[in-house]
Amino acid sequence: MNVILNGSATTVSVHTVEGLVAGVTEARRGVAVAVNGEVVPRSAWPGAQLREGDKVEILTAAQGG
Amino acid sequence: MPDIFKDSRLILGTGGAESLAALEAAIVASGTDMVTVALRRIDAAGPGLLPLLDRLGVRVLPNTAGCYTASDAVKAARLARDAFETDLIKLEVIGDERTLLPDGVELLRAAEILVADGFGVLAYTSDDPILARRLADAGCAAVMPAGAPIGSGLGISNPHHIRLIRDSVTAPVILDAGIGTASDAALAMELGCDGVLIASAVTRAEDPARMAAAMRHAVEAGRLAFGAGRIPRRYHALASTSDAGMPQW
Repeated sequence: MNVILNGSATTVSVHTVEGLVAGVTEARRGVAVAVNGEVVPRSAWPGAQLREGDKVEILTAAQGG
Repeated sequence: MPDIFKDSRLILGTGGAESLAALEAAIVASGTDMVTVALRRIDAAGPGLLPLLDRLGVRVLPNTAGCYTASDAVKAARLARDAFETDLIKLEVIGDERTLLPDGVELLRAAEILVADGFGVLAYTSDDPILARRLADAGCAAVMPAGAPIGSGLGISNPHHIRLIRDSVTAPVILDAGIGTASDAALAMELGCDGVLIASAVTRAEDPARMAAAMRHAVEAGRLAFGAGRIPRRYHALASTSDAGMPQW
């Protein structure tokens, strides 16, 4: 399946947001996910199914004022 | 809603630090117990910031930096709440790139939505006393007027307006943006601000840790001076030494 992950076209073998995050980071606290512009709360990651072409943003803390 | 201030009235912004080691030294020297962070794509943000902040025992105040509309800022705030498990948010809704000053219309709209959503909104605003009052009336947990544009180091352009804001709201007032050196932070506190938020003045100083220590003392000194009640300004001198017992030659 192909998704847009943080702005880059990416082919993934997982089917949930949980699986996608697990492939990027071991961290959970400090990580937030939006799919197609909508916040997916952490508690919903395991059940959140990815679809072809989804735009997924995986975000975390960066230095900022 | 959690208290904004615990031991320190200085909130440190983490933006602009050259390295995590430099940031750590500045945080420790500042004595702060709350620092701001932004939310960015994980591949660009890199690891290490949050573990560092956890290790230092400082609380995280996420911001909505980079948002130009209420809807973007609300989305960023909701993502930050999910990521950092805090209801506090530093709400920034910027009006243009050149000044980085807030767009008051979008800011107030976003603040209303987030307050209704249970957030403790610390609103980065201009030094306009009327807008600050509208934000406080909307239920913001604090108003954060800019002394001068972000990163400018120009100090407090209009101290009179900061005092007007202090007098017109009961919510905490936190001077945010514009501070260049320690005397600016002291002035903010002397004007009655409850705290200051400093990023660039520390992180971009030649010696960030030393400047952080200076800011810590400045905030404490300014707060003490505010509480002590300064003498009124006079046009002419008033001798501090009594003439009583003055010898006659």
